[in-house]
Amino acid sequence: MTAIGLLLRRKSSVFGLVVVATMVAAALFAPWLAPLPPNEQFFEGLSLEGAPLPPNGQFWLGTDQLGRDLLSRLIYGARTSLLVGVVANGVAVLLGTLLGVIAGYARGRLGAAIMRFTDLMMAFPALLLAIALAAIFQPSLWIVAMVIAMVNWVQIARVIYTETTALAERDYIEACRALGAHWPRILLRHILPHLVPTVLVYATLGIATTVLLEATLSFLGIGVRPPEPSWGNIIYENQTYFATAPWLVFCPGAAILLLALGFNLLGDGMRDALDPTQRGRG
Amino acid sequence: MKKPLLTGALAAVLLGGTALSPALAQDAKKGGAMVVTYKDDVSTLDPAIGYDWQNWSMIKALFDGLMDYEPGTTTLKTDLAESYEMSPDGMAYTFKLRPGVKFHNGRELTAEDIKYSIERTVNPATQSPGQGFFGSIKGFEEASKADGRLSGITVVDPRTVRIELSRPDATFLHVMAINFAFAVPKEAVEKHGADFGKNPVGTGAFKLAEWTLGQRVVFERNPDYFDPSLPKLDRITFEIGQDPTVALLRLERGEVDILGDGIPPARFLDVRGKPENKDLIVEGGQLHTGYVAMNTTMKPFDDKRVRQAVNMAINKDRVVRIINGRAVPASQPLPPSMPGYAKEYKGYAHDPARAKALLAEAGHPNGFETEILANNTDPNPRIVQAIQQDLAAVGIRANVKTLAQANVISAGGSKEGAPMIWSGGMAWIADFPDPSNFYGPILGCAGATEGGWNWSWYCNKDLDAKAAAADAMVDPAKREERLAQWREVYLQVMEDAPWAPVFNEQRFTMHSARIAGPDAVFVDPVHIPVNYEHVWAKDAQ
Amino acid sequence: MAGFLARRVGGALLILLGVTAITFALLFLVPADPARQIAGRSASAATVESIRQQLGLNLPLWEQYGRYLLRLAGGDMGRSYIQRTEVASLIWSRLPATLLLMLGAIVCELLIGLTAGVVAAVRRGRAVDNAVMVASFIGVSAPQFVVGILLLYVFAVQLGWFPIGGYGTFSHLVLPALTLGILGGGWYSRMARSSMVDVLRQDYIRTARAKGAGPGRIVMVHALRNAVLPLIAMIGLDIGLFMSGAVVVESVFGWPGIGQLTWQAIQQVDIPVIMGVTLTAAVFIVLGNLLADLMAPFVDPRIRLR
Repeated sequence: MTAIGLLLRRKSSVFGLVVVATMVAAALFAPWLAPLPPNEQFFEGLSLEGAPLPPNGQFWLGTDQLGRDLLSRLIYGARTSLLVGVVANGVAVLLGTLLGVIAGYARGRLGAAIMRFTDLMMAFPALLLAIALAAIFQPSLWIVAMVIAMVNWVQIARVIYTETTALAERDYIEACRALGAHWPRILLRHILPHLVPTVLVYATLGIATTVLLEATLSFLGIGVRPPEPSWGNIIYENQTYFATAPWLVFCPGAAILLLALGFNLLGDGMRDALDPTQRGRG
Repeated sequence: MKKPLLTGALAAVLLGGTALSPALAQDAKKGGAMVVTYKDDVSTLDPAIGYDWQNWSMIKALFDGLMDYEPGTTTLKTDLAESYEMSPDGMAYTFKLRPGVKFHNGRELTAEDIKYSIERTVNPATQSPGQGFFGSIKGFEEASKADGRLSGITVVDPRTVRIELSRPDATFLHVMAINFAFAVPKEAVEKHGADFGKNPVGTGAFKLAEWTLGQRVVFERNPDYFDPSLPKLDRITFEIGQDPTVALLRLERGEVDILGDGIPPARFLDVRGKPENKDLIVEGGQLHTGYVAMNTTMKPFDDKRVRQAVNMAINKDRVVRIINGRAVPASQPLPPSMPGYAKEYKGYAHDPARAKALLAEAGHPNGFETEILANNTDPNPRIVQAIQQDLAAVGIRANVKTLAQANVISAGGSKEGAPMIWSGGMAWIADFPDPSNFYGPILGCAGATEGGWNWSWYCNKDLDAKAAAADAMVDPAKREERLAQWREVYLQVMEDAPWAPVFNEQRFTMHSARIAGPDAVFVDPVHIPVNYEHVWAKDAQ
Repeated sequence: MAGFLARRVGGALLILLGVTAITFALLFLVPADPARQIAGRSASAATVESIRQQLGLNLPLWEQYGRYLLRLAGGDMGRSYIQRTEVASLIWSRLPATLLLMLGAIVCELLIGLTAGVVAAVRRGRAVDNAVMVASFIGVSAPQFVVGILLLYVFAVQLGWFPIGGYGTFSHLVLPALTLGILGGGWYSRMARSSMVDVLRQDYIRTARAKGAGPGRIVMVHALRNAVLPLIAMIGLDIGLFMSGAVVVESVFGWPGIGQLTWQAIQQVDIPVIMGVTLTAAVFIVLGNLLADLMAPFVDPRIRLR
């Protein structure tokens, strides 16, 4: 049975695939999918005293504090979330894995240098960097993505490093070396496969935390420029209102949750489909 | 929702005469305690340094100055001074001190202390933000560069101090009433040095009992206060680090008495809607105006017609609606509760068609692109986005940039910093209730410098001259004439339109049921959130 | 061991130096003039200039940095521009609360995360596994402010089991630690699960099973020990992260920690305080990672300290 076939056999993987595909479609085709313009402040979008409206006939997911349609904003916001949560986080994960594996396998001076550099980057005042960048540059999603990638790789590097140090000491690794295998082969065939679960955890959970981090950075002035929507921003601006306007927190939160979960299910499915020890087990 | 007219009436009641009705003043019991919550740390309680809206009133409770205001009003009265005399030409004031005033450390107040305190503020080594207020005192130029010693202040005898001015100054008595002029004891300042702000010693109705950094500040009654009927409360506990939403939950459970940061916007409508809260929320005006400052040195805002078009483009009622009615639309720079406010002046009406016509006349038939800065704290991003949409409707495509407060202030103070700034959360609340305070730093030529607060870089020398002349009218009989002159100044400002005034914030103070007092002290224009000395507890023994 | 520690301490000092340099440089880039901030709205140019001289802000950058390092070596972190209080005392007064919350949060994370993760791994593929997965993602996606207020509202306001925020006793600690624990627990449970699954699939486990060892013993003794390794690394990371990141929880629960101080300082561009808290956080980050590296050999004896 082919890998794709295995993937599609599991319901959860299919669900993940559908969710991810929907998000990507929303990001690509937002102007055609959104029922209303996302940035227009409708007069009838607020109550007489200026309170946002719950889901109703005209605004299917309700409106926000300025009378803008929430559903349309969520659809347009998919762009930001994919860029930040998937691309930026993905880059961070790859970078971190690479550095962590090298440091953990090579040990010695190279390993120590990489790990101390990791410590330094962890202590790096990212919020301060955000403010400094905000003052110099115009708000841009690429800046935010860069800051996030720069800041997020350290955690996974640390964890991968620790795991690699253990893996590298295993007896069968010694045996491989004795048999003359070079380090790329050892890394690829014997060490990396055991790191995949960790990488997947960071790649998927990281989507959620990154999107929320983007909101903090946008608050400081880099990132999404108002009135452009982003899921994280909508939550951030409205979290104090969740008792009176819960849809403003619940809907974007659900969107973030689904995105992260969707990638997780898809990732699990793909990993199991590609894993030789799993074939034939179903 | 209260209409501007009603609020104006309320403000008028607050201003005229005494606000404490005799009956209520007699009901007030002495004793009891109160809990006030704040989110931010209390920065300092040094009267020469403290200049944020949080510590301003706390300092007023711990210290006194020569002058003060009738509680709940903007009317001046003597405080540490028993009486004062102004020379006929307005160039000298002689204050006779009240006898028997003691500092919290037991020592009696003398005229030397007044001289010392003011000189301390003027001394550059103190790094006081209030130094500039004393510019009219003789000898200020030299003192502000040297060690603060003012030749204009003379101690005539231990109970008399004489202050000579270099020019007649109609705001001088207000300056004697602000925190920077409050009396501090030299020995305590020298003992604590830079830490005097955390160990304040004054003559006020309260003294500092405890300060646990980051957690709480506790005031307790000063038993030797010169007015034995004050303060009403025995103890005030300020709890720090409290989120406003949680503070409200605690107030509803009876754990908190006053919300220092006010009712959180998220719960405003629902809290006001509850009938049981009717007596717990007091509404009042503030000496505040929120405006869009346009940089008159940057194209296309150097053209008056463009600026007027901006004034007409903004739908103020809509903006007020977006903030749930917590403000009243503004027509001019001064707020309604400020003396000198022009009641009949309506300002620029909301007229997008006319705005577009004006823009076309000025050479922008298709509008133009620009940028507007704002502070990132709620509700300012919302407000600026609403303004953005209004501007877009007349063709002005404004990109919004929301930054931390310090960054916006810094951009405003630099000539190429920003074409438009929404002032919300940063400017302008009056330092003292006089129309001149709204002019000098933010509309006068003196403020149009690097790092200044005149973010529109507006400099009209004629108006500056008119303003100076108005401030030279020190004769109390000429008060109305002076106010009329100021009114003219501001009307001319509106004609030149460096600003687009949008709204004046209303104040809503919520207190628990056990704290009482005349309404005016809960929305005292000079004390935020409340006048600490005059509120009392119903359950005092 | 001594060599290892010596090298790490040396590395730590270099890192701290690097952090101060980077932070100093960044602060220089932020366009907020501290002299003007202190001088206030009504100040004249002369006053601002005088303040600038007093604070040494007119000196070249490298000279300011040098002065800062010299004072730091003597234990003086300077005074806050806004509060005029010594930075060291501001930080010191908030340190115990921060450490306490950190401890409580880590305990909660481990309890929630390990339990959920292990259970999910052992019952892999079944309903429990899926439920834990969804719960973890919810825990990570939910904004902390909302979680905190919800917990506060239900357990403190309505049920009255805990005080409504504040600091001082164990019952004050429970809700804020739990809020942080829910977020962290989501991470720990996913990590524990995936680690356990990977370990359980390995050949030596199959061998142990083939030899007849029962499921309980396998899980507890062999698999857990190996699976916990990445979590050790995460705990080390958490020690560093909690020093700077808990501002939302601190504010909701009125917890007097360093997070609030940091956030306020950043918004106000209070340079000495920012320098101080960044440095403090850096110290804990280095310590946390060092601790994790020291613990690793206990969990997996094959790892050698190098």
